Amino acid sequence: MHDNVFTVTQVNNYIKNILDDDPYLGNVVVRGEMSNFKAYPSGHWYFSLKDENCSIRCVMFKGDAMRVRYRPENGMSFIAAGRVTVYPRDGQYQLYCTMLEPDGLGALYAAFEQLKTKLAAQGLFDPARKKPLPRFPEKIALITSPAGAAVRDMIRIAGRRFPYSKIVIVPVRVQGAEAPGEIATAIALANALELADVIITGRGGGSLEDLWAFNDEQVAMAIADSRIPVISAVGHEPDVTISDFVADARASTPSNAAEIALPDAMELRDRVMSLRRSMEISVESLIKSKRNRLERAAGGILSRGPGGYVAERRVALDMLSQRLIAAVSGEVSARRMKTAALAASLDAMSPLKVLSRGYAVAIGERGVMTDADQASPGDKIELTLHRGSLKCEVYEVNK
Amino acid sequence: MKKTVKFEDDLKRLEEIVAALEKGEGELEKALALFAEGAELVKKISSVLDRAEQQVNILSRGEGGELTEEPFEI
Repeated sequence: MHDNVFTVTQVNNYIKNILDDDPYLGNVVVRGEMSNFKAYPSGHWYFSLKDENCSIRCVMFKGDAMRVRYRPENGMSFIAAGRVTVYPRDGQYQLYCTMLEPDGLGALYAAFEQLKTKLAAQGLFDPARKKPLPRFPEKIALITSPAGAAVRDMIRIAGRRFPYSKIVIVPVRVQGAEAPGEIATAIALANALELADVIITGRGGGSLEDLWAFNDEQVAMAIADSRIPVISAVGHEPDVTISDFVADARASTPSNAAEIALPDAMELRDRVMSLRRSMEISVESLIKSKRNRLERAAGGILSRGPGGYVAERRVALDMLSQRLIAAVSGEVSARRMKTAALAASLDAMSPLKVLSRGYAVAIGERGVMTDADQASPGDKIELTLHRGSLKCEVYEVNK
Repeated sequence: MKKTVKFEDDLKRLEEIVAALEKGEGELEKALALFAEGAELVKKISSVLDRAEQQVNILSRGEGGELTEEPFEI
């Protein structure tokens, strides 16, 4: 009654052969909404694409799924490419996807990759091209929207770190068709006017389309041509734009750009204070070593008795103390105290100290006297004591 | 731009002075002169760092088309 009875396998394979031979089904591009998306531990993806009326089952194997930059979510529109064939075991036809892109963004991704490849070939991303950022910018230009949160973040962080730097905002639109032209013009203008020492250009986070101005070739070229170093600050951490590659520095967020552009005044202050301390320590230890030498010298003199050496040193010391005071006075008032202390310590350790121990210096008509021969009875000489002096008359000379 | 360089130069000079003093050689007189110069630089740099007022302007085009910087209200 039934001459031609086939097995299920035969039927399924027959259908599979028909589909596999079809000139169109071997390479189909389908647009549809993602549903029932499942990523298996094996790395394969299973899902359906649907429109208002219909749905098609899809599979994407690990090797292809790994190349998709975007994690699919149900409800999003996608464009999938692959071949339609039958899975004979279930008798179901499926789309075996080799490519899957978010609908609408696919073209943007392609453009991004193309421009990136082109500019890289021109050497625009070359690290050797990157200009060093100034350590202490006098002025920063923010090329961004004056309305967004990004500009406020940058101003706030800048004010906290290094308010000394002036900020000038060059207002531009940061999304929409006009944005790339405005940004590029603003960069060129900032250069022409020598407006600042460093430029930050960017915007806050947004969708790929929102950030698109910073993937524009015109903007990329303006950044590359800028003589003023440029920091690119677009979106959040994971967002990468062409501007980031061309700029001299890339910031993960606008706030981060302000941190990169400016030093931290607090750290600088600490650094300066520690430099000052080092200076003080060095000078103190130098004075200490000179003082020790003086003491040793004075010790030697003492055994021979104080004579010309003391007076001579006293003059030198007075001059030195005066210079010390002159050098450091007129500085911060705290320093003045220090100077006085230093002068006092110099004085205390000097040969003058010898006088305070009860020795005196005799000064005759020809200066300091070291020998009884230098005076005759009746001569008037002066004895310099620790405090004050005595005018004396010699009444006897003992040799 | 010139002022920027100046601030940077001041800090560099201060670092040089500290390095020279740390060598610990030479005349006391010379060391004191360096010290005085260093103290002056510390004062100068600190006055820059202590400046708390931030200046924020926005570049705008006047009626005649000329570019001017106006204070920006945050």
